[in-house]
Amino acid sequence: MSHVVVVDYGMGNLRSVAKALEYVAGSEHTIEVSGDLQRLEAADKVVFPGQGAMRDCMREIDARGLRDAVTHAAKNKPFLGLCIGLQLLFDHSEEGDTPGLGILSGQVKKFPAEAMMDAKGNRLKVPHMGWNEVYPHQAHPLWEGIASGTRFYFVHSYYVQPAQSDVIAAHSAYPFQFACAAEQEALFAVQFHPEKSDRAGLKLLSNFLTWSP
Amino acid sequence: MGLAKRIIPCLDVNAGRVVKGVNFTGLRDAGDPVEVARRYDDQGADEVTFLDITASSDNRGLIFSVIEAVSAQVFIPLTVGGGVRQVSDVRALLNAGADKISMNTAAVLDPRLIADSADRFGSQCIVVAIDAKRNPATGGWQVYTHGGRNATGLDAVEWAIEICRLGAGEVLLTSMDRDGTRNGFDLDLTRAVSEAVPVPVIASGGVGSLQDLADGILIGKADAVLAASIFHYGEHTIGSAKAYLAQQGVEVRL
Repeated sequence: MSHVVVVDYGMGNLRSVAKALEYVAGSEHTIEVSGDLQRLEAADKVVFPGQGAMRDCMREIDARGLRDAVTHAAKNKPFLGLCIGLQLLFDHSEEGDTPGLGILSGQVKKFPAEAMMDAKGNRLKVPHMGWNEVYPHQAHPLWEGIASGTRFYFVHSYYVQPAQSDVIAAHSAYPFQFACAAEQEALFAVQFHPEKSDRAGLKLLSNFLTWSP
Repeated sequence: MGLAKRIIPCLDVNAGRVVKGVNFTGLRDAGDPVEVARRYDDQGADEVTFLDITASSDNRGLIFSVIEAVSAQVFIPLTVGGGVRQVSDVRALLNAGADKISMNTAAVLDPRLIADSADRFGSQCIVVAIDAKRNPATGGWQVYTHGGRNATGLDAVEWAIEICRLGAGEVLLTSMDRDGTRNGFDLDLTRAVSEAVPVPVIASGGVGSLQDLADGILIGKADAVLAASIFHYGEHTIGSAKAYLAQQGVEVRL
C-alpha cells in the first residue's frame, strides 16, 4: 500500500497521468494530484510531470514554494519524472536559457536543425512526436516486463545530455542517440509519456507503483 | 530504426455518439466512443482523433464527457477537433483529457488563437487543421474554412508556414479535392506542405486503399496518416494497414 502524489504546479494537464496511474493502481495504491507542500511531504512516492516551456515550469515551482520539497522528494523517495519532469532535474536548459533544479548534472539541448535528417535524406520534424524505440542500458525494476526496443510515445523538442553516463537508464535515437531515461537511487525519470504509451507505458507505471528501492 | 510513422483513425462524434455517414443520406450510429476507441487501440492505432460534428448547441457539451470517459480507459494520445473557438475551449478539452486540440476555422479568423493557445499550453498540444483545394489560378492550393464552404484567399503552403511560426505543433492537412473520393491523398499538396514546415504533418482526405496510406508517407512525406472510412467499414484493420506499410518499407509500431 502506498500513497502516490502527482505534483501539481499549475503546468498543464495532469489528468492523463492521474488516470493512467489510477488504472494500474487497483486498491493497493492511492493516487492524489496535489500542489500542497504538506501533501507532498506526506507522500510515499512522487510523480513529477511537466508540460509546456521549461522557464514557465521553473517559475511556477518557485512561485508555489515547491522547489525544496520537490528536491527533497527526488533525493529521498521513489520519484518518477515525466517529460519536462525529466528535463527539470538537470542543471540547465537551452530552452529560454533556464537553470533547472540541478539534482542531476547535465544540460538540456534543443534538437539541432542541421542534424535532423534520416539515413535516406528525409527531413526529420521537431517536435520529435510519436512512437520511438527505447533501449534500456541496464536491468532496472521499472523496465521489468518491457523488452529492449519497445516503443513509447514521445513529444519534445529538447533532450537531456547527462554529464555522467551512468545515470542514463535508456536511450532512443532521433536521428542520433539521446538519453531518454535517467536514474539515480530512488529517482527515475523518462522523456517519453508512459501515460500515453499504451500497454508498455502502463507496465512502466505499474512497475513504479510496486517498486521498493 | 527510429520514429514510427503513425496511423490515426478519425471518429466523428455527434451528440456523444460515434457516427458514420451512409451514402450521403445521413448519419448512422456507430457505437459508444469508449468501445470504438478501445477497439482501435487494440488493433494498434497510434493515436485517435475525435471530430465533434454536433450541430445542436444543446448537445455540444457532450464531447467533454466523451473525452473524459475515453481518456480514463484508452491510454494513447487523443486529439479533439470541431468547434474550437477560443482559448477557453482549448483549456476545457485538455482538462477533460484530450492531449491535442485541433483548430481550423477559428485559427484562420483569428490567428492569435494559435499563438495564445501555444503560449498557454505548449505547441505540443496545438494542431492546426488546414482544408485545402487546388487553385487553378495559382497552381497552388487555397485554404477553406467552415467545413469547406468559404474560400479564404490564403495559399495553403504559406498558411502552413505561418501557423508554425505562430506556434502550431502539428499540421492536419486535408485535401478537399480528394476527401470522400477514395482516390488517395493529394500527394503534391501533402509533399509541398510537409517539405515547407518544420513540424509533423498528418495527411488526410481520400484514402481508399492501403497503398494510398503508403503513398502518403513515402511520396507525400507525411509523418502520419489519418483515415476514417477504410477502417470504420471493416475493410481493413489498423493491424493489416501496418503490416502492409511495413512490407513497403515504412517504419511502424507493430
